[in-house]
Amino acid sequence: MKRLARFPGRFYLATFLITLIVLFGFLGPVVFSGHNANDVVGGLYDHPSGKAWLGTDNIGHDVFGELMYGTRASLEIGLLAGLLSTVVGTIIGVVAGYVGGMVDEMLMGLTNVLLTIPPIVILILILVSLNTSGTLVLAIVLASTAWTWTARAVRAQASSIRVREHIDVARLSGANTFGIMSLDVLPYMLSYIFMAFVLQVAGAILAEAGLALLGLRANGVSLGIMLHWSLAFEALRTGAWWAFVPPTVLLTLIAFGLLLLQSSLDEVFNPRLRRSRKVRRLAAATLSAPAVAPDPEEVAVRS
Amino acid sequence: MAFRRYIAKKALWYLLALIVALVLNFFLPRLVPGNPVDSIIAQASRSGAEGDQLRGIHDHYIKEFGLNKSMIEQFLTYLNNLIHGNLGLSFANYPGTVSSQIKQALPWTLGLQIPAILIGWLVGNAVGAIAAYKGGWFDRSAFLGSLFLSAMPYYCLAILLVYLLAVQNSILPQPILPASGGYLPGTSPSWSGAFIADVLRHYWMPFLSLVIVFIGGQAVGMRSMAIYELGTDYVTYGRGLGLRDRTLMRYIFRNGMLPQVTGLALSIGTLVGGALITEIVFSYPGVGTLLFNAISQNDYPVLQAITLIITVAVLVANFLVDLAYGIIDPRIRAAQAGER
Repeated sequence: MKRLARFPGRFYLATFLITLIVLFGFLGPVVFSGHNANDVVGGLYDHPSGKAWLGTDNIGHDVFGELMYGTRASLEIGLLAGLLSTVVGTIIGVVAGYVGGMVDEMLMGLTNVLLTIPPIVILILILVSLNTSGTLVLAIVLASTAWTWTARAVRAQASSIRVREHIDVARLSGANTFGIMSLDVLPYMLSYIFMAFVLQVAGAILAEAGLALLGLRANGVSLGIMLHWSLAFEALRTGAWWAFVPPTVLLTLIAFGLLLLQSSLDEVFNPRLRRSRKVRRLAAATLSAPAVAPDPEEVAVRS
Repeated sequence: MAFRRYIAKKALWYLLALIVALVLNFFLPRLVPGNPVDSIIAQASRSGAEGDQLRGIHDHYIKEFGLNKSMIEQFLTYLNNLIHGNLGLSFANYPGTVSSQIKQALPWTLGLQIPAILIGWLVGNAVGAIAAYKGGWFDRSAFLGSLFLSAMPYYCLAILLVYLLAVQNSILPQPILPASGGYLPGTSPSWSGAFIADVLRHYWMPFLSLVIVFIGGQAVGMRSMAIYELGTDYVTYGRGLGLRDRTLMRYIFRNGMLPQVTGLALSIGTLVGGALITEIVFSYPGVGTLLFNAISQNDYPVLQAITLIITVAVLVANFLVDLAYGIIDPRIRAAQAGER
């Protein structure tokens, strides 16, 4: 328990928030099995009542039920897309950073070019062309634009690990490239990759909501789709707060919880960001490049 | 000389990105199986175009895309049209041109986003640097507040703002700001004083919802940069010399700004996307609302023109940020000149 005590208070707040939301999305439908997303329980924007705890939406569906299933759908898409983009980004980043040379130039050239094209443009173009919008397809589409910045960040880390001594030892003892990359390079970045993963999940959930708001995902249930219909049917201007406040609050809490988790983990893994007086003096004494903060020179040389 | 080489190299990268974007813009919608014009016509008929109009669209597109030719030739035709500023005709408002619709919408979007980006960036960085330097309760509350705001999607804040300030509810007896649009319905844009005052009244809400979230994001980034700077040798040395807080702050701020410029470049793309959705919440008469309508009406030419314009705008903005970066960071020029 002594190690745990080092986590900042924000870490516990974030874990608490995320646990609550995950429980609501995945256990909620089991516990409150009387509330479904597609049951018609009333008319247009009925006020909250004993039957429909959060009122009804524009076609009389139970908002509470929609909220549970919508949260679950948003979390599923976020986790899947986050996982995919982190895996792809990590592989490309590690290969580029460790192998270096032409491979590095080409992979990072591709990454940097894709990084400058706004993701929403690619997402709109793909989704307009696709006729399906299942969870897996959507996750792949979201990941196809999101892997780039993980790749760039991981590459910077990998290329700095490459010159450490234990890599030379591994190479001298005859380990092959793949073995070195997965056993000697990757483990040193796991904390960093996990933080990137957390951000990717948050990014994917918000991107899905944004696309739904643009009207690119009219079918199914998700927090963004709830918002889309409530805006399309004037819930905002008629004051039917129960139709849009719950998904808005949940989206914000999910994003906030994940960002808070990331930033508190950042502080745990990267002591330079902690600000006790002792640490500050220590940092001043042993000055080297920060582990996470972007290095302007690196950026300049790369792109 | 070194600076010029730096710019040339940057420009080359952005040109490459532009080409990739053009290729994506052209080929992605054409990956749908079937003749693109037929699927376009199918969509146009679903969106309510009829008979003569449909044949007009069909003939026009066969001619414009040169569909009996190969894909590469079609792509070249597309590029040629673009160079001549010809973005095609809109389906939903046939035979209105896409360019005229965009020309109407673009000033609203630019007027909304450019001030929001600039002001948000400056204020956010100032808040972040001050929070890092002051520490204590100010830092804690500013940090948590900024983190919360930066986590909030632009449109979520927009929705809540509309509900709190512009809709009759239990908190406000009277809405204090208009809920939607860029100006009063029924009036038409002009340079009269009354109209400008009206536009400003409608401007507040979308502007605030963008700028507040952006301030949050920038403040979080600047705070970590400034905390890192606080631990460096030059600050310790400066403290030892007895430099005033204000002077030290200035050094920290200037050094912390550098990575923030890169951060700005990276966040412009996301910001533009978020701002487009914010426009939908407010039915603001800009590109975002145009995009929303184009998607719901399957108005392909308008949609493709907008994605292209967003891309070009973001690339240009990124290039300008890179230019600024080259000017304010002497190390970049030094690196280019091979002095290091």
